[in-house]
Amino acid sequence: MTTSAVAPPARPGEPLVRLEHVVKDFPVKSGSLFAKSRERVHAVADVSLDVRRGDTLALVGESGCGKSTLARCLMRLHDLTGGRVLFDGHDISTSTQGELRPFRRRMQMVFQDPYGSLNPRRRVGSIIGDPFEIHGLRHGADRVKRVQELMELVGLNPEHYNRFPGDFSGGQRQRVGIARAIALRPDFIVCDEPVSALDVSIRAQILNLLDGLQDELGLTYLFISHDLSVVRHVSDRVAVMYLGKVVELAPVRDLFGHARHPYTRALLSAMPAPDPDRADTREEILLAGDPPSPLDPPAGCGFHPRCPRAQARCATEVPALAPCPGDAAEHLAACHFPVADGEAPAAAGSARQEAL
Amino acid sequence: MTTTAAQATVRSRGPWELAFERLRRDRAAIAAAATLLAVGLVAAIAPAIATAVRHGPAQQFLDVGLSPSGIPLAPNTTFLLGTDSLGRDVLVRIAYGTRVSLLVGLLASALAVLIGTLVGIVAGWYGGFVDRVLSRTMDVFLALPFLVFALALVAVVGPSLTISVTVIAFFCWASVGRIVRAETLSIREHEYVQAARTLGASPARIMFVEILPNVAPSVIVYTTLLIPGAIVSEATLSFLGLSVVPPTPSWGNMLADAMAYYKVAWWFVFFPGAALVITTVAFNVLGDSVRDALDPRRDQAVPATDEEVS
Amino acid sequence: MMPPTRQNNGSPLLDVRDLRVAFRTPDGVLEAVRGISFSVDRGRVLGIVGESGSGKSVATQTMVGLTQGARVSGEAFFEGENLLAMPPEQLRAIRGRGIAMIFQNPLSSLHPFYRVGWQIVEMIQAHDAMTKRLARTRAIELLGLVGIPRPDRRVDDYPHQFSGGMLQRAMIAMALALNPRLLVADEPTTALDVTVQAQILRLLRRVQQEFGMAVILITHDLGVIAEVADEVVVMYAGRAMEAAPRRELFRAPSHPYTRGLLESIPRADGEGARLTPIRGQPPSAIAPPPGCPFHPRCAHAFERCRANVPPLIPVPGVARHLSACWLGEEGRP
Repeated sequence: MTTSAVAPPARPGEPLVRLEHVVKDFPVKSGSLFAKSRERVHAVADVSLDVRRGDTLALVGESGCGKSTLARCLMRLHDLTGGRVLFDGHDISTSTQGELRPFRRRMQMVFQDPYGSLNPRRRVGSIIGDPFEIHGLRHGADRVKRVQELMELVGLNPEHYNRFPGDFSGGQRQRVGIARAIALRPDFIVCDEPVSALDVSIRAQILNLLDGLQDELGLTYLFISHDLSVVRHVSDRVAVMYLGKVVELAPVRDLFGHARHPYTRALLSAMPAPDPDRADTREEILLAGDPPSPLDPPAGCGFHPRCPRAQARCATEVPALAPCPGDAAEHLAACHFPVADGEAPAAAGSARQEAL
Repeated sequence: MTTTAAQATVRSRGPWELAFERLRRDRAAIAAAATLLAVGLVAAIAPAIATAVRHGPAQQFLDVGLSPSGIPLAPNTTFLLGTDSLGRDVLVRIAYGTRVSLLVGLLASALAVLIGTLVGIVAGWYGGFVDRVLSRTMDVFLALPFLVFALALVAVVGPSLTISVTVIAFFCWASVGRIVRAETLSIREHEYVQAARTLGASPARIMFVEILPNVAPSVIVYTTLLIPGAIVSEATLSFLGLSVVPPTPSWGNMLADAMAYYKVAWWFVFFPGAALVITTVAFNVLGDSVRDALDPRRDQAVPATDEEVS
Repeated sequence: MMPPTRQNNGSPLLDVRDLRVAFRTPDGVLEAVRGISFSVDRGRVLGIVGESGSGKSVATQTMVGLTQGARVSGEAFFEGENLLAMPPEQLRAIRGRGIAMIFQNPLSSLHPFYRVGWQIVEMIQAHDAMTKRLARTRAIELLGLVGIPRPDRRVDDYPHQFSGGMLQRAMIAMALALNPRLLVADEPTTALDVTVQAQILRLLRRVQQEFGMAVILITHDLGVIAEVADEVVVMYAGRAMEAAPRRELFRAPSHPYTRGLLESIPRADGEGARLTPIRGQPPSAIAPPPGCPFHPRCAHAFERCRANVPPLIPVPGVARHLSACWLGEEGRP
């Protein structure tokens, strides 16, 4: 097996990963056997993002927002319906799986489910050694040694090389998944909800591990989460997604301090914080109804049916993702009536407060 | 560094080891396995048995093996299980028949499983056009009537052991294929398969390294239930004279001969029939136990913590 | 054991004493709950917080007789009668009527093949001699009460036609149908999106006040506890580590486990600094360490912790605050 080639790095200053107007649809067969029309689910409906070298970009949103689908498009586990994905300047949007192999050494993924992401019938040493096997690197005793080094690096006991995943706890399995992801010293790792399925007292361990590895190995992360408090700790920039689009993109401090999009504000206020004072006094923005299904997206701004600030314009015109008046160019929001500092979200016009 | 002192007290066991231990504790499985071991032993030492009682399997004892009126002899000291219509020793013939049954049963099953697993995994993994073609092929094979085809084939080529094995495998592989395809479809969605794709693994590697070990339990269970079916199929074929050529004994053709004599020679029907039933039941019982032992729901070794997955 | 507050009727609604639940497994005896005691007063919300393996779900499920094949000891007095010593028919009569439960995943708690309204009606009729028509009216009323729009239409829908949040509301409606005195909510919002979670918690609080129910809320999320609970019990490895009123627990946590948890949780309002995790892993339920279950992970452990299990000791100077830690006796760190 030949060692796969590694593409040369592009100019410094270029983003490591660039998504341009990415669209991903899934076909949904309609009821009748003979119906010509095929419904399509717009899981990702035009997303453009950059991930800069060494940064951690967080992708936040609730179920149905398309964040996981976007990540899989980025990793080319799906084919794109539209748009481009560029890795280090190279367009990989339409590459075949064979053409993608050299890039697989540089971009990796850590998955959410510590139980599902490891083959229960293989030993962990073999699982962590997979990247070497697949790319024809490091054989025999050398590989074993390297795998054991990786195990130590992520905080596992290298003597457990021959154990099965079933012998490990959730947190430890996640470490195995991380070891597998960093085995080939990638540049970029997509972390898909890496701590959501773990116990609370273990989350901090794994988050610290990811943080430490980023410094040690010079990694760039795309961090997907539905938990804003986790995002606060790990990210440099945050992108909030809703119904397949990015509705706000900002450096983390700005997002948490001066969120502009009403959905972001609602999300921030919905987070239960372990602080009774805050729980008793904070503003509660309750959204009506449930997160919408991408099968039947509303016209205009996707958020308008639940938005406390929505007006006539919102139902017809799709807002562009752009800096709000007075904000730095770094802070973008897709809203016709962004929330200003100190303003209560329901202020602008129709008070569509949820009645519960 | 997280040491797992707690793990030291709960011994590390892989999923196969756990399944084997569960099997060991199952008394029905032990009994069935012991029975099958005995059957296998009989098959292995059939020539030794023949030598011991000094009767060959095709040797006709028309003078001492039949009554004066030409009726087979009941079990006695010379012929432990009696004789058949031609004065041959039933015991020895059953022993040799065991060889035929086991050989055909195991070989045909192995062949069916090999082909079926291969086709099933490929169909399940690729989906789309490949899946459609392979699935329709399997459907065709499942729709074919077994005996009619067997008869036709034998009419053209002539009966033999090879034909038996081929015909039975021919008709069994598709059901294996369907099961494997269904399993593959669900395993394909597991995250560790996605992980393998992100690492750049080729489809062949994924099918062999990730999917195959996880369809193996279902395949194993199905195989242990396929074997008795194959044995009975062989008995059916040889009953109709479509399998081994006389005077080679097989349980099926012994039963065919015995049909006319059941009123006067019960042992002639009983012992080959009993052999068939015992072997088949033992395989079925073992198959049930194997399925219980391999049940994936019980494959979680009691971990250090029982984690909730939110 | 938490001293019950004296309300106007004197005794607590639910009084659990030294509950122990053990299971036999091929690897040995698994002690899921190792002697927990707590009580709930009428109209109050008790939050039980713990991670996986803490025994929090097993404790409440065993209490109402939902655990099978377990070895149970201890007492659970509900309105004066011991649930654990009751004959099954009597216990079944209490389930739904006196004590109602809602679980984490509403999709698996409701039968997928029957209409939601029908399931509510069936439950009402099992306990109450009501005509079908009356029961159906009540069901529609309840669905409206929990905030499901067009309840007269939705009452005939199947579970899969509801979204996660709506289905959980339907579960709550079903739980309220018979006016239970106690509602046990086992991780009711864990599987829901955060904006939906906020709605459901708001609903639970409102419903609790309107119906005057006592609630036991089981969760691993300290944020949810801060929002909803009046009193809190922290469980770890089958035992209670700390019990306190809500504010007190967050203001001045006493047990090293509670403190470790609070220090290791990422906060949306905190700075993006490095977190302080609790080192180590939760212990095995089959081969637990001797003495205090937390000592292998505790920065302050000393000899006594390894040898003896600390009982719940009142924290000096504070009302109703108990901590199962020897440090309380030796003096706080």
